[in-house]
Amino acid sequence: MSSKANRTTPLGLRISAIAGLLFLHLPLALIFLYAFTTEEKSFEFPPPGLTTKWFGVAWTSRPDIWPPLYLSLQVAAIATVLALIFGTLAAAALSRARFFGRETISLLFVLPIALPGIITGIALRSAFDIMSIPFSVWTIILGHATFCIVVVYNNAVARFRRLNGNLVEASMDLGANSFQTFRHVILPQIGTALLAGGMLAFALSFDEVIVTTFTAGQQTTLPIWMLSELIRPRQRPVTNVVAVFVFIVTLLPILAAYYLTREGEHTGGSSK
Amino acid sequence: MSFMSPAVRFQNVSRRFGSVRAVDNVSLDIEPGEFFALLGPSGSGKTTCLRLIAGFEQPDEGHIEIFGETADGVPPYRRNVNTVFQDYALFPHMTVGENVAYGLMIKGVGKAEREAKAKSALAMVKLAGYESRRTAQLSGGQRQRVALARALVNGPKVLLLDEPLGALDLKLREQMQEELKSLQTSLGITFVFVTHDQGEALSMANRVAIFNEGKIVQVGTPSDVYERPTSRFVADFVGSSNVLPPEFAAAHGGHAAWTSLRPEKIQIASQNALVPAACAHAKGIVTAISYQGAVTRITVATEKLALIASTPAGTDVRKGDSVSLIWPKSAMVAMGEGA
Repeated sequence: MSSKANRTTPLGLRISAIAGLLFLHLPLALIFLYAFTTEEKSFEFPPPGLTTKWFGVAWTSRPDIWPPLYLSLQVAAIATVLALIFGTLAAAALSRARFFGRETISLLFVLPIALPGIITGIALRSAFDIMSIPFSVWTIILGHATFCIVVVYNNAVARFRRLNGNLVEASMDLGANSFQTFRHVILPQIGTALLAGGMLAFALSFDEVIVTTFTAGQQTTLPIWMLSELIRPRQRPVTNVVAVFVFIVTLLPILAAYYLTREGEHTGGSSK
Repeated sequence: MSFMSPAVRFQNVSRRFGSVRAVDNVSLDIEPGEFFALLGPSGSGKTTCLRLIAGFEQPDEGHIEIFGETADGVPPYRRNVNTVFQDYALFPHMTVGENVAYGLMIKGVGKAEREAKAKSALAMVKLAGYESRRTAQLSGGQRQRVALARALVNGPKVLLLDEPLGALDLKLREQMQEELKSLQTSLGITFVFVTHDQGEALSMANRVAIFNEGKIVQVGTPSDVYERPTSRFVADFVGSSNVLPPEFAAAHGGHAAWTSLRPEKIQIASQNALVPAACAHAKGIVTAISYQGAVTRITVATEKLALIASTPAGTDVRKGDSVSLIWPKSAMVAMGEGA
């Protein structure tokens, strides 16, 4: 009896696992479903009819979508670039040097992602206030950079720790200066980690709401636009169309990042 | 020739890590074309010396010259010196050929020329045709050959080798010893290598510097340091020796000084065997026998101290036997100091 219990999962456990999965993914399915509904004022279930016309509407007759989309893309792109530069530098410094307080500084780098967004948001907003910095694209970017740097840093620091320090010395020994060593030896080793970190950072920034509401002022990023759209009952399925778009734009980089880091670990192990 | 500056010159060089003097006031000349060994136990400063020559470390005090030019403040990438690293440090994202051509690529040598040079360098280390292999596919011995080719292709004036044979198994180690020696002879480049294996140092090097606690305790040819150790440390570290206290040495026809007596110079005979005039002897009881293949090491407790004799395998003694130890008086080498 006990051997049978070991081999097959108990029915109760299976049901709760399936229930958990449904709980997580059914709302997502509903978002997809309502992008195709013919009812535009309220979300009734089941949808009275299915249509693809909202994709056309979103594309041609809703100019209010485009500015928030551009702003979100711009913010995500610049925040990612900043994160790549500073996250990599921080990881390089902290993985090489040994000094008192290293672990503390490492923790301080990672903290912004563990901190509730609302704290980061309030802190940044009051800081901008005190320094009388007006809200602009750059205040949003700075807000996003706080957690984007963490993602890049985490990815890079893991790879730097695996990087054999002798490789850098070998490169210098063979005549390469620091820049050449970075270009020809370090970058190829950490490249996939940076790409993965960068894509995760982009995805995080692209759909961020909480920190953005505190640092955006009157500007509207795509997620904030979506939030405000849900309040008024007009062409609601268009919001779902945009949601599907956001879903794809953020999911693809996350999937790619997952496969990249997995690949990296694989080759890292086999080259030993 | 007498005007030629040494390949590497250390002048009162010290290097400290915190409060530890890793290299302590070392002065040393390595001549051009020498196969030079830095020998010592781990933590004795030999590897730091190698890194000082490569430029990975800078001296805190003193000066280093490489072929008459000061190396003070010169970074590794501006020194005409190349290193074979202990773990080989091959670039895992490059093929064997790209690894070997790396230094040439950095110097801006054209693709065709550097590929040709990498090819002949690989042929020199007997890896012809391995250009497009990944480094992960190579065995330890092959990786080492790639590391050698990668260093030598740049035409260094001095080649540094950090524990070059440490990671190889015995058979391969002996083979590589021969190959490194013949490579060094045919290229005529100064080789400086670090090792903690005294057998390796004695069999490969023209000269050996023996390190202890950051200082050089003796420099000389392999036979110098083996036959005429100047300190108990050298006598013991270079092929374990019997170290005789002054009174014991004097009582057996030597000088009243700390004296080295190599185990293989001692013969084991029966208690009443005849002792030739030029020889000394001591009676004792066999306390331990250690079989080591070609030789057997026999520990004999004499009245004053235990001596170790190294005899050809098959010597017929048993633990507890009463024996006489006989050795030529000339085999006792008085050492300068008591340390």
